[in-house]
Amino acid sequence: MQNNEYLDVFIEESKEHLQSLNDQLLILENDSENLDTISEIFRSAHTLKGMAATMGFNDLANLTHKMENILDAIRNDQLKIHTHIIDVLFSAVDHLEDMVVDIAEGGNGAKDVIDVIEQLNVIENGEETKSVSDKTEQLPTTEPSLAGENHFHALNEFELTVLEQAYEKSFHTYEVKVSLNENCLLKAARVYMVFEVLEQIGEVVKADPTIQDLEEENFELSFHVLLISQESPENIEKRILKVSEIEHIDVRSYTIQTKKANNEMGEEKSTSTNEVTTNNEAQSSDDEKNKQKKNVVTKTIRVNINRLDGLMNLFEELVIDRGRLEQISGELNHSELNETVERMTRITGDLQTLILNMRMVPIEQVFNRFPRMVRQLSKDLGKKINLEIIGAETELDRTVIDEIGDPLVHLIRNGLDHGIEMPEVRKANGKPEEGNLTLKAYHSGNHVFIEISDDGAGIKRENILKKAIANHIVTEEEGQALSDKEVYQLMMASGFSTAEQISDISGRGVGLDVVKNTIESLGGSISISSEEGAGSTFSVQLPLTLSIITVLLVEVGDEKYAVPLSSIIETAVIPRSEIYNAHNKQVIDFRGKVVPLISLKEVFNVPEASDEDEFLSIVIIRKGDKMAGLIVDTFIGQQEIVLKSLGDYLGEVFAISGATILGDGQVALIIDTNALIN
Amino acid sequence: MDNEQGFIQSIVVELENEEYAIPVEFIGGIERIQQITRVPKTTSFIKGVINLRGVITPIIDLRERFGLSPKEHNDSTRIIIAEMESFNVGFIVDAAYDVVNIPNEAIEPNPKVIGTKDIDYIDGVAKVGNRLLMLLNLERTLSHDNYQIERDQDD
Repeated sequence: MQNNEYLDVFIEESKEHLQSLNDQLLILENDSENLDTISEIFRSAHTLKGMAATMGFNDLANLTHKMENILDAIRNDQLKIHTHIIDVLFSAVDHLEDMVVDIAEGGNGAKDVIDVIEQLNVIENGEETKSVSDKTEQLPTTEPSLAGENHFHALNEFELTVLEQAYEKSFHTYEVKVSLNENCLLKAARVYMVFEVLEQIGEVVKADPTIQDLEEENFELSFHVLLISQESPENIEKRILKVSEIEHIDVRSYTIQTKKANNEMGEEKSTSTNEVTTNNEAQSSDDEKNKQKKNVVTKTIRVNINRLDGLMNLFEELVIDRGRLEQISGELNHSELNETVERMTRITGDLQTLILNMRMVPIEQVFNRFPRMVRQLSKDLGKKINLEIIGAETELDRTVIDEIGDPLVHLIRNGLDHGIEMPEVRKANGKPEEGNLTLKAYHSGNHVFIEISDDGAGIKRENILKKAIANHIVTEEEGQALSDKEVYQLMMASGFSTAEQISDISGRGVGLDVVKNTIESLGGSISISSEEGAGSTFSVQLPLTLSIITVLLVEVGDEKYAVPLSSIIETAVIPRSEIYNAHNKQVIDFRGKVVPLISLKEVFNVPEASDEDEFLSIVIIRKGDKMAGLIVDTFIGQQEIVLKSLGDYLGEVFAISGATILGDGQVALIIDTNALIN
Repeated sequence: MDNEQGFIQSIVVELENEEYAIPVEFIGGIERIQQITRVPKTTSFIKGVINLRGVITPIIDLRERFGLSPKEHNDSTRIIIAEMESFNVGFIVDAAYDVVNIPNEAIEPNPKVIGTKDIDYIDGVAKVGNRLLMLLNLERTLSHDNYQIERDQDD
């Protein structure tokens, strides 16, 4: 395909527009009068359509076109928003997403969407009769004497409000007449380009003939556009003339008075318009905020993540060479060399912080999809749920972001399904019918915390214990001795489900088990707190980054291994005489606890076993509540290292989670302590 | 095996006095032998990993892979870095020589001789001048499964 070079951009931008569609539709559902939102949605859909058509993805373009029709009707007040429309629009967006995914995977974006298109048609046609009558109502507002002067006399409320707003923000309103060259072959293409230009310099409020007609080439050689912009008329003219095959441009100021005069023609209308305007005054400050936000966004650039990884790799090389330099300068003891090396050390330190920061992404990317999900789930479950998101701007390393989505989905589903009660139950218990689910992310030290809390029924300790005992996860005696927190942890043991009925929403209890494992494999932890009748909180703790971790380097035989500090409790040197045998296993008594010993030499079949020392160096590691002692030969020391994967060819290696490059350029393997403790 | 130019450009490497050809499009570089970090609990022909300019690269001993007797590494020992679709991998060979163009018509299918095992990692044999080159199929060379089967047959 010729457009290959644009494909990446297309996919990337489509995703952004789809996300914006999702977000704005949600806002629209709660606030159906929000004109800004409607036009935002319309703009996203319109751009998407334009892009898809240019790229030749017809199904995508057709579906967006249908959506656009409905949105247009909504925006022109011909259609009232109700839940059904939102539902259908959402399902259309879902289809669009599928198509974009298909295109991203190399497909042609074709999909059978007859169902949705039909639904969209029904909505569109169902209101058609009404829209016709609307139009006839609007006719009397037309003032014939003004018709000669401008083309935009039959403005509807929405458009009037937009103009009003623009006027308040001291934007200019222009009526632009664009005449195309007689020999112009691709009229629609020129129109598209003109609109492209117009959208860069301002906002098109209305076009005559309509945008749809223009795109279908249902016009002669000229068309009129009502434009809001801050540019001067000369500039506008110049910029549009850059598009080829344009014969003539006529930019005329479209004064607010003309509009007001128009407005007063329809007396009933003017009152309602005023109402809307006051509404919009309150919004204008919001608009300004949005504008500022947009300005910040424009200062960023897109960088392929592979380039960042490449940068990181190069930087690591630099760090290794820096290590060597430091060593050499230490040996030579030359003061000027020392100074230079020190400076270099400082600069590379700053560079490291910078590069790591570049890889940080706001958790918003993950949180974005939750409002849709919660909406759908609360419908399916027949519950009323309000989702609150706090701290979406919290930043995390991209690698963590990629992994954390699924566990969070599980936890949210769990909270909705098991946590929050049915509306009737809540009412009977004296709670508001609407349940609250709060998603909160924040930084603390070197960690990011994500909390999912609900104000539902909370967790019943006895129920958990009963289930756990029935499923042979604990014995009855063990169960009595456990603290509440320990009991809650049982929920995350495999083969556990607390819902009386197994639902397809939070599954069969495998979910929480998987969640726990995923989070632990990311170097994080999860804890649960709960109060019966008042709700529960799942708190997930994650490391800021996965790519740089602190480890303890140890030596076994001639080989060096790295043990992540996060799983180490402490290190100890004990005499051989303190080792006991229990069930053919070596154990030690460590602060009153029996801790099994694992010989790394045996586990990793290290050759050249050294002489048996009288003292053993032991690293005490933990996985959850369990502990074990790793027997090593020597401790080398604590170090910050860059985590690297072993690559696709080796795949999963037992008890090795990755590798790192040491200061001398050698590779050391990182031990996956979780695999050593069962 | 046919290609448009009518020949396959290959690097010639030596193993136990025999010459093997690896198509250049797979070759990412030729390195001297360096310290290899052993990775425990992997197939025996995987010698471990090295740091190749910041990328952890697994290393395969071709001698061991092909069931030849081990040999001390010396000055001529090389690591051939191959760039596969989703990963890089290095092969230890006794020596690496020149690049030759093997004409398509010089390639003959793997000769089947009674008494020898089917070896799937050789795509064919080519006679170039007075040299006999065996064309390596890298993907099959990398596969663990066949190695296991061959070993079982040995036992």
